[in-house]
Amino acid sequence: MCLAIPSKIVRIDRDTCMGEIDTMGVTREANFSLVDDEITVGDWVLVHVGLAISRIDADEAQKTLAMYREIIELQDGALNAGG
Amino acid sequence: MQAADILLQMVRSNDAIRAFAEHIKIEAAQLKKPLRIMEVCGGHTHAILQYGLDQLLPGTIKLVHGPGCPVCVLPQHRIDAAINLAQRPDTILVTLGDMIRVPGSRGVSLQQTRATGADVRYLYSPLDCLAIAADNPQKTVIYVAIGFETTTPMTALLLEQAHSRQLDNLLVHSNHVLVPQAMELILAAGGAVDAFIAPGHVSVMAGAKQYHILAEKYHAPVVVSGFEPVDLLDAVLRIIHQVNTGMATVDNAYSRFVKTTGNRKAQQLVDKYFEPHDDFLWRGIGRIPGSALKLRSAYGERDAEVQCPESCPAPTEEQRGNCLCGSILMGLAQPTDCPLFAGGCTPQNPQGSCMVSNEGACAAYYKYRRDW
Amino acid sequence: MDTIQLAHGSGGLENQQLIRELFFAAFDNPMLAACEDAALIEGGRFAVSTDSFTVSPLFFPGGDIGKLAVAGTLNDVAMRGARPQHLTVAFIIEEGLKVNTLASIVLSMKDELSISGAQVIAGDTKVVPRGAIDQLMINTTGFGAIVSDCNTRRIAAGDHLIISGNIARHGACIFAAREEIAIKGLTSDCCTLWPAIAPLLHAGLGIHAMRDATRGGISAVLNEWAQQTGLCLNIRQDDIPVSSEVRGFAEILGIDPYVLACEGVFILAVAPQDSTAVIDLLRHHGHPQATLVGTVGMAQQQPAVLLHSAYGTRRRMEYPSGEILPRIC
Repeated sequence: MCLAIPSKIVRIDRDTCMGEIDTMGVTREANFSLVDDEITVGDWVLVHVGLAISRIDADEAQKTLAMYREIIELQDGALNAGG
Repeated sequence: MQAADILLQMVRSNDAIRAFAEHIKIEAAQLKKPLRIMEVCGGHTHAILQYGLDQLLPGTIKLVHGPGCPVCVLPQHRIDAAINLAQRPDTILVTLGDMIRVPGSRGVSLQQTRATGADVRYLYSPLDCLAIAADNPQKTVIYVAIGFETTTPMTALLLEQAHSRQLDNLLVHSNHVLVPQAMELILAAGGAVDAFIAPGHVSVMAGAKQYHILAEKYHAPVVVSGFEPVDLLDAVLRIIHQVNTGMATVDNAYSRFVKTTGNRKAQQLVDKYFEPHDDFLWRGIGRIPGSALKLRSAYGERDAEVQCPESCPAPTEEQRGNCLCGSILMGLAQPTDCPLFAGGCTPQNPQGSCMVSNEGACAAYYKYRRDW
Repeated sequence: MDTIQLAHGSGGLENQQLIRELFFAAFDNPMLAACEDAALIEGGRFAVSTDSFTVSPLFFPGGDIGKLAVAGTLNDVAMRGARPQHLTVAFIIEEGLKVNTLASIVLSMKDELSISGAQVIAGDTKVVPRGAIDQLMINTTGFGAIVSDCNTRRIAAGDHLIISGNIARHGACIFAAREEIAIKGLTSDCCTLWPAIAPLLHAGLGIHAMRDATRGGISAVLNEWAQQTGLCLNIRQDDIPVSSEVRGFAEILGIDPYVLACEGVFILAVAPQDSTAVIDLLRHHGHPQATLVGTVGMAQQQPAVLLHSAYGTRRRMEYPSGEILPRIC
């Protein structure tokens, strides 16, 4: 029971902890009361049934990306070497 | 473009999927014996079958599907309770979409109960219950709450807001269950699985730390994973790596969203309103101590089980006949091993818990894999 | 099946069961049993089709119930390879509906009729007490002259399968327009397809079958074709045209876009040598996303619709079943 989709924050109303998010071009309301106060417009958050449950960790995303690129390059290299 | 944007595209790109599948084949060649990996989240089961990820793995790696669908593990007497509650006078019963198709012990679902006149509604966000309660002050609005650790904070938030808005006509019927207790039961039974892919969004809330004790006690690798195809292949790769190097630890392959400690605000809110249920029955599995959450007694005036006890029947173990759901949920059998699969048991006429909800392993196999 | 549920009208398995067990059993005849969008009458010279429309809200981004009632039925006529000519219209109106509302719906029907040139030749009005229906229902029956008979029996192994445009837009838009789920940014694809069909039929291309992907979406059409022909349809998943917005909507709610309704998108089974010409014509006549998505398999494959990924896996595309519900899991 755990469907949650990364979405970008479009608008925040800090008094009500509510706002709007964009998921691949469609927008909807979301509740931000469970994510940290430093969220800003443009941030990626993970949203479950209209509730933002986590803000993306940019450093971790960067590290994962670097690791994935390494694996892709490794395989590309192997494929090219194999002919 | 930011790293996050690139990563979110990469986790579902065809090139990355191919590269990871190839890399897994190379690493898996080092395995000394076949590896059985269980995913304990219905969302993972769904993603694996939807993307056909198991078709990309070598024969030495078998993915087995765990008790990760909260609707599937909900015993029939609790579905009966929801139906009884819906039939009370002046009641609006509200729940999540997955719940309304599932038949109770009398073979009737909430959907059918609605067709015969009860006011049953499904909603996308549980917070929408607030508007329904405010618009219908003369009626009792009962929210049948269901889900693992991911969904519970939303129910807690609903209780918090109902309280602050003084909506006294809103009750909650709690069916929230906990993942680590079920994982431990499977590990303690032994023999079914060698490693776990841990649920990503449960871990966002509860934190990756909650699996440490399992990895240590049972020497089983646990990798927290997201739901994109590359997330899941990465988790498989990390498990193979642990097995090949003799390790058994908790690894977080979903660190872009999951922290070791989880979401503290969510944990505090859940703790305020809920306490462990001593003795909760899982459909197809049986009793697992401390594996569910009920409202704290201080909030008895919001608890449908306290307010409407005559509508909530006592737990009963159901007879399952030839159905293999219990074994499937424990990782001991695959859906296609069951003699009823796709014959006597289909999504239109489900016999066992794994076929009742879209998210169940049998329903996912039926949907994506039935003969070709 | 002792009580009718919403699923019995949603274009999936339960709907099919109701039609076969109750209606086909009672009204059995060869024309009905052909299971086409439109039936042929008068020695095969004319096509006729009927449909009833109920939609909440009555006005939605991209259209309204009136536009839908004209386009939907005339599209069914056109799918049979016929030029839409005549329409009958029955209005069933709930007491209390504003005349202004009805007037703007009628005006919208007039505009939509002008696209195909079809005319309303008969009609009926009923008003029912408040609460008996939700505001307004419209039934329309369309008639058209056959240009070139297209039907499921003509589908053959090796045929190319083409989808005319981005799928699932109507279903997503209506689902989102309902107050329970406030998602913005979706527009219905509702439109009359005749301007795109006419050049195809007149070009003398090998168009074997056409079906607009209404209730049940592309999944219902493809699975019905697989069942009726006994053939396997192989679809390349990445080639199915889906807009980013619909993808986002589908992911948020955990709904398969393949089962969501289209009201201006159709699927064609065409002779393989003609598929490029068909796609070119569609793209030049208002359907720029028209694309080749797959082929009809050889007879030895099991009848099914298989989705093939770009990375070498495959899965079934399931026949729709049950009410479409958001998946929270």
